[in-house]
Amino acid sequence: MHDISAQAVHHHGPPTSFIRKHVFSLDHKVIGKQYYALALLAAFIGMALSWMMRIHLAWTNAPIPGLQLLSKSGAPGGVMTPEYYLQLMTMHGTIMVFFVLTTAPFAAFGNFFLPIQVGAEDMPFPHFNMMSFWVTFAAFVVLVSSFFIGDGPTLGGWTQYAPLNAVGAVAGPGQGLGVVLWMASIALFCVGQLLGSLNFISTTLDLRVKGMSLMRLPLTAWAWFITSCMGLTAFAVLMPACILAILDHVAGTSFFVASNLVINDQLIPKSGGSTLLWQHLFWFFGHPEVYIAIVPGIGIVSHILITNMRKPMLSHRTLIYSMGALAVLSYMVYGHHMFVSGMNPYSSLAFSFPTLVITIPSTIIVLIATFSLYGSRLRINSASLFSLGFISMFVSGGVSGFFLAQPSIDIMLHATYFVVGHFHLVMGVAAMFGIFAGTYFWFPKMTGRMMNETLGKIHFWLSFVGAYCIFMPFHYLGMAGNVRRYSSFPDDFLQPLIPVHRFITVAALLTGAAQLIFLYNLIHSRFWGKPAPDNPWEATSLEWSTATPPPWDNFGGKLPVVYHDPYQYGVQSSVGDYVMQASPEQVKTEHEEK
Amino acid sequence: MATTIHEPPKIDPHRLPDQMRSGNGGWRNLVPADGDLRVTQEYSPPPSSTGIWVALFAITMMFAAFSSALIVRKGSSLDWQTFSLPSILYFNTLILLASGVTLEVARRRVATFMGGMKTGIASPARWLYITLFLGLLFVAGQCAAWSQLRAEGLYLATNPSSSFFYVLTVTHALHVLGGLGGLIYVIRKLSKSALRRNQLVATARYWHFMGILWLYLLLLLWMKL
Repeated sequence: MHDISAQAVHHHGPPTSFIRKHVFSLDHKVIGKQYYALALLAAFIGMALSWMMRIHLAWTNAPIPGLQLLSKSGAPGGVMTPEYYLQLMTMHGTIMVFFVLTTAPFAAFGNFFLPIQVGAEDMPFPHFNMMSFWVTFAAFVVLVSSFFIGDGPTLGGWTQYAPLNAVGAVAGPGQGLGVVLWMASIALFCVGQLLGSLNFISTTLDLRVKGMSLMRLPLTAWAWFITSCMGLTAFAVLMPACILAILDHVAGTSFFVASNLVINDQLIPKSGGSTLLWQHLFWFFGHPEVYIAIVPGIGIVSHILITNMRKPMLSHRTLIYSMGALAVLSYMVYGHHMFVSGMNPYSSLAFSFPTLVITIPSTIIVLIATFSLYGSRLRINSASLFSLGFISMFVSGGVSGFFLAQPSIDIMLHATYFVVGHFHLVMGVAAMFGIFAGTYFWFPKMTGRMMNETLGKIHFWLSFVGAYCIFMPFHYLGMAGNVRRYSSFPDDFLQPLIPVHRFITVAALLTGAAQLIFLYNLIHSRFWGKPAPDNPWEATSLEWSTATPPPWDNFGGKLPVVYHDPYQYGVQSSVGDYVMQASPEQVKTEHEEK
Repeated sequence: MATTIHEPPKIDPHRLPDQMRSGNGGWRNLVPADGDLRVTQEYSPPPSSTGIWVALFAITMMFAAFSSALIVRKGSSLDWQTFSLPSILYFNTLILLASGVTLEVARRRVATFMGGMKTGIASPARWLYITLFLGLLFVAGQCAAWSQLRAEGLYLATNPSSSFFYVLTVTHALHVLGGLGGLIYVIRKLSKSALRRNQLVATARYWHFMGILWLYLLLLLWMKL
């Protein structure tokens, strides 16, 4: 390490006031924690919404106590109307995709650890970073406020398909003001993520410390960098789409509404718009968004597995290239969400091929992780268990993607629970497991205290078994023709499937309750957990070579110098079977970049 | 328009020594495991340089989305009515291009001033003010174009062609206003002798991009409306 003048390199001084320290903080670590807290709150709200939906699907006429307090017209007597079911479904999807799956693995962990892992004192634009969180928070407030304003939130699903997103209140409750609030919220969210991506990219490219070449970056840093490149492209397209939709609502334009449209017996006084245009703009964002949710998870679990396997992955470079390939291909496959939209069938073919191709980098990632495990003595702890769970969920959800990638099969399955099972496993649960793995792994560094391992393992097994109990039967429901987005299944051919729905609902309630163990562990450990040492997992990357928790400028005024590749495990050094990146110690290593 | 410039900044406009700053990573500064530091070039782009490229990329994507929406919307319907662009737009184009030239002049003068090569430059900010004025004139000219269209009865919702005209030109004008904010920031920093070269470079890059973007938009609108 060499001394530097903190003033010469740091962009802001240490925080002095309470507000600067905890509220409008410029410190990337505080902003990361704020993102994490927002994601945690959003996750529990999203989960509560899914509980209500599941109870309604299993016992359609049973009142849910207290639901009428949330909406008198939407749930008279606690029994939700079909419209209110759709409103809850929309909010569940939106909150989970944007404010949990994007916010936690990318914005929260990335903010906290990317600058430390590259050896910087902070992001290059701390004010933008602070704005990015508070804009995201405002977006969340705007979204949730739609529960309490007018006739409730929009019912159009998280995809907000045109023309129902653009014709106003005639399309149902929440389709007036609710849609405007949704669009405004997501446009704000886009601004927040663009500011975040700007910082992430500049941090990775410009603020790497001496010796930290690109190939010496840990896989997490690579994952966040690749994700921010995706986010920059995707959110910059979703935002104009939202602006156009808002104009259709408030300014009388007709971008997305076709001519001579009759909805609820009313002729819509708009003409000429293109409903497919919205889908193209939305899914150009929407498919990369799936990878924005999952690629940080891939980075996080690889990082954690390597640490616990005590050996590097079979190929560091191939993993990085595969994540990059996922990012590039994610923009070429988006049309597979539109096989049944009425677009040209030749387009379906053109989108089907890259969709099958994108399974190649995904498979490479899974195979590298799996074969690297072979012969290793994996240290079993909550973080490594959730990492294994991530791979399991990613594979289980990914396999059904092969079927859905083919237009001829997708036409049958598209509107069924098969798709719901597919995306919940591959992107929802897998990404959540990545978040859990990251939490158990980095909690000591973030708070200075250890989490309870026993509770963590109980949490894992309940979540792992529970998630399969919930989402595997979805595939069977789909193959049996159970349509999705319906609030109840009174049709004769669906009646025999009701017991499956009840099983899923019970599993969802129990698995959801198991998350309270995690919440308890998180809060209890934060205040009363065992004090954490600087490097509890004997890991090598830079975040473990600084104090726990890190000081405001990350390295206490001394920038590290990087001498090694990120994952030098299985070597003999003075500290054990690993050598840290910042350690000048010469050890006998294989394949290290010179 | 007077700006007090106390003295040329004391900071060397060239880069600080390598060990004085972070951001010196990269393969050029690789430290081998034996600790034997090889001869390295002390260069990596300063963050505001990278940051501005990243921001420009996002803006490009945004206008690409609007452009593709325009093309799809025009192709999918029969209700598209063409109209001739207000002629003041061509005048505005000249103003914006002129502002790019004045900014380059300003940049050279400020660079000379900051490098301490000429101490006799009385007000290095003058050309920045001229650029600022031209920028404001451009935005005012755009406002004049909008009111001219309104006088013709062409509002945002009149026709998809007018909708796209307003959306594209207003979004561009808002970005130009952002650039004007950047210019004001640079002038303030210069007056406090705290301007860093890459801040000016980033602002100039953004400003020129706004000019190029406007030329593209004008061509698109001229062809499609």
